[in-house]
Amino acid sequence: MSAIRVPVVEKILSANDRMANENRNLLNENNVFSINIMASPGAGKTSFILQTIKHLSDSLKIGVIEGDTAPVTIDADKIIKAGMPAVQINTGGDCHLEAAMLSDGLKQLPLKEIDVLIVENVGNLICPAAWYLGTHINLLIASVPEGDDKPYKYPNIYRGLDVLIINKTDLTPYVEYNIDYFRKGVELLNPGLITFPLSCRTGEGVDAWIDWLKEQVNQYRQGK
Amino acid sequence: MHELSVTENILSLALENAQKNNATKVTSINLVIGQLSSIVDDSVQFYWDTISEGTICFGAKLNFQRVPAMLKCQDCEEEYKIASQLIPCPKCGSYRAVIIKGEEFYLDSIEIEKDSEELQ
Repeated sequence: MSAIRVPVVEKILSANDRMANENRNLLNENNVFSINIMASPGAGKTSFILQTIKHLSDSLKIGVIEGDTAPVTIDADKIIKAGMPAVQINTGGDCHLEAAMLSDGLKQLPLKEIDVLIVENVGNLICPAAWYLGTHINLLIASVPEGDDKPYKYPNIYRGLDVLIINKTDLTPYVEYNIDYFRKGVELLNPGLITFPLSCRTGEGVDAWIDWLKEQVNQYRQGK
Repeated sequence: MHELSVTENILSLALENAQKNNATKVTSINLVIGQLSSIVDDSVQFYWDTISEGTICFGAKLNFQRVPAMLKCQDCEEEYKIASQLIPCPKCGSYRAVIIKGEEFYLDSIEIEKDSEELQ
């Protein structure tokens, strides 16, 4: 018996991509602009979300989906305390969110009442880059103490970004961090990437990010 | 990185296409993986042996065709290969490059066996 070759030519993660497209459609039906936030553990994802909520809560309703590898609700509790709806997704040890997990989270949020959805991915610079979720923009928070060599060591995550946040700029005097070296690495991976250096602790630089985000939400609504 | 999820996706794609073609056994899985798609072949093989057990894919050989990364400079149009890390254009030094090869991540084909009656 001889083997027969059957051509397939299909992306390995095509099932995830299909689910991501469904997520995108659901978000668009509800006029929800969505952001996928990625970063290493401890880069300040939750602080950044809390800062964003603080600056936007007068004008926009924000919903948050928190991805974590363990069944904890530490992050979701902080968001709910800040007055916004939040859902915690436990990935059961997986190192990233997948589109199907986001789909489950979306079902638990009052999408009709939400203007902006923030998805906090699992803290990891490798895996989240490969799994498209269906959100409108991909954002990475790179914090100063992580070091200036990260774009060179984790190229994949930088390539798919729409916006980059450099957090903890208030710590620059205390650590060895050459921002020019960092930005050159980013430029090679993602030329012209819009970047906001800021400090969630002091609030410095946060306004520029908020203005940009408001503009994105406006453009999204006008484009519909 | 996330080889288990990746392997599960490969298995479900392979089974779907095997069933469509009335296969009785899958003997080979031919994957095309670009240099920039980080995945560890040995881990995929390890998970494969575990999760394909009890299916017609069990025992299939996984073949990885690796595609080297190729960049094209947006300023001088030079096309260049890279080793492990992205580098500026070796000809003009520009940082404005696009990746033209090396991001492939797909199941190219499977090799299957069928019942002899069906072949006729």
